[in-house]
Amino acid sequence: MKNVFSLAVISGILTTTVSLATPYLYAAIGETFAQSSGVVNLGVDGIMLLSAYAAFYTVLITGNLWLGLLAAAVVGLLMGLLMSLISVTLKAEQGISGIGLYMFGLGLSSLLFETTIGTVKTVVGFPPVKIPLLGDIPVIGPILFRNSLPVYGAFLLVPIAWWVLERTTLGSKIKAVGQNPAAADSLGINVDRIRYFSVCLGAVLAGIAGASLSIALLNLFQDNLTAGQGFIAVALVYFGGWSPWGVLGGALLFSVVNSFQLWMQVLGVNIPSGIAIMLPYLLTIAALTITVNRVRQPAALNKPFERGES
Amino acid sequence: MRPNKTASSEQSSKRPVIDWTSIAMNVLLPVGGVVIALLIGVVMLVFLKADPVAAYAALIDGAVGSTFGLTQTLVKATPLLLVGLGICIAFRASVINIGGEGQIMAGAMMATWFPLTFHTWPGWLLIPATLVMGFLAGAAWGFIPGILKARLRVNEILSTIMMNSIAQQLMNLLLQGPLMDPAGIAAKTFLPQSAELPHQVWLPILVPTTLLHAGAILAVVLAVLVYLFLWRTTIGYRIRAVGLNPEAARYSGINVPFHQALAMTLAGGFAGLAGVVEVIGVQHRLLEGLTSGYGFTGIVAALLGGLHPLGLIPASILFGGLLVGGNTMQQAVQVPSALVGALLGLVVLFVSGSALYQRRWAAQRKTTEQREEGVKA
Repeated sequence: MKNVFSLAVISGILTTTVSLATPYLYAAIGETFAQSSGVVNLGVDGIMLLSAYAAFYTVLITGNLWLGLLAAAVVGLLMGLLMSLISVTLKAEQGISGIGLYMFGLGLSSLLFETTIGTVKTVVGFPPVKIPLLGDIPVIGPILFRNSLPVYGAFLLVPIAWWVLERTTLGSKIKAVGQNPAAADSLGINVDRIRYFSVCLGAVLAGIAGASLSIALLNLFQDNLTAGQGFIAVALVYFGGWSPWGVLGGALLFSVVNSFQLWMQVLGVNIPSGIAIMLPYLLTIAALTITVNRVRQPAALNKPFERGES
Repeated sequence: MRPNKTASSEQSSKRPVIDWTSIAMNVLLPVGGVVIALLIGVVMLVFLKADPVAAYAALIDGAVGSTFGLTQTLVKATPLLLVGLGICIAFRASVINIGGEGQIMAGAMMATWFPLTFHTWPGWLLIPATLVMGFLAGAAWGFIPGILKARLRVNEILSTIMMNSIAQQLMNLLLQGPLMDPAGIAAKTFLPQSAELPHQVWLPILVPTTLLHAGAILAVVLAVLVYLFLWRTTIGYRIRAVGLNPEAARYSGINVPFHQALAMTLAGGFAGLAGVVEVIGVQHRLLEGLTSGYGFTGIVAALLGGLHPLGLIPASILFGGLLVGGNTMQQAVQVPSALVGALLGLVVLFVSGSALYQRRWAAQRKTTEQREEGVKA
């Protein structure tokens, strides 16, 4: 018991944190794009599941990890197109169409899993890549610089997403469409096209989030593999105030709590596991409560746009 | 503006009480959504190398082909109807309740603990008491996201999803500890299920040799009551006003946050009742996987029923039939029952997507009517 807070345990907790944060980062950064354009995509978890399956099955058959990643991205894109069609073109209530997308992804992924794989198998996923020099730094090296490529990708995505949203014309258009679609429309911005793009980009990233689970971190697929991680990713977007840096903070906070509870269980610290597993969800509700009034959400979030409607 | 207003009010008084075209429109579009989903199901079955005709024949046969199948359909429809009633109330107030699963579990946990604790009470007292307690447990589970939305503007979609996960963990915790069947502990099987409930709390069976229980009647009675509540009481009117236009409701002096929290609490209560009915009507104990996704399927049924308590009755029977028939199909043509889950997801997508055409049609009819009135004037 006395060595619970030893250096080895703390660095173990932090290493696990970095892994756990990876799928949240991809999915939540993707959702940040969709929501910045005014579309809530609640189907992230369904996209992650179907893409995780696609990536896993591709790797199982071909052994090619990059092909697996591509399969996940393509499935994500298709799901994104479906979501855009229903939510942007047909202007559905987004909370409901997202649940439909989730149910579809969950059902189809377990259907395909049962018919094509059947039992839980494992694949050889993306191996850890040690970054020269940086990987040799004591303590920090193993935590940050000896991860697999998808993990590095997730953390690199944060500044890239920030740059796109804050420093490019495309980012301005996305945010304009999310804040005031009527004004954006009168400036000649094609609202629907920008929203299609943002939702699909988000869905592709959700697909990569799923792949990061099935072919980089866990290297397996089973029924409901994500266990609701996509929904937490959506919550992280609110928590992060629609900013990639905020999302990074939320993902790390959430993952460190989760990692801590996992390690406490491994070390046999006597907390009932049910309460420990509940902790992240309670934390999410608390985080939503604390952060809800801090940042203004995109003004047109969850509002379909129709020309001529004020 | 003023003459127009009187004209339209005259028009509305002339309109028949039952508006058949409107009902047809509200029925046809969602049913169209179901048909499209089933057609996509055909494609999926072909990909799975199963005979679509045999598969759908098995589905229909399983759902309505025998007395037992038919009663099973009603057994599955009962919790869907109860959850759906809550969804109707919440969605009518513009509160998106995704927390059905957690609220069902809250009701189910209460419906297990309460009769096991008060097992000496006679049935005539224990059954109503359990129903009330389960309703309250579900209501409490809905109240938390409701009050968080009302007071602190916390997004209810996310908080209800988190409440689902918390209920799930709480139930696992109870089934591995305090509520675990003592017989299972004695026999060292340690199955994650509770002891069997005292027999006097079991709901009476309506049709001998089937599993159809009195909960089905309760659900239908409640559907009528919810209809009267929403359309014939002041609170119901206010809940709908809040949903139609929160700004207008606020200006007319309606306490919007209060009615949203109330709607969410009631929604939780009805989902809680679904959990009670599953426990004391079907399983007679608490066990893992008890909710069977009713919390989500109930949303589908409510949407398909046009968010109307009476429309919900046929809609929940339809989905009860799909669930029962899905199992038969699985056995008949060796297709995983997850297919039904995927198809239900498509139904939600298409039904939510068809709402646009419903709105456009309503708007078009309004302008035509106004134009006709103008011609008359």
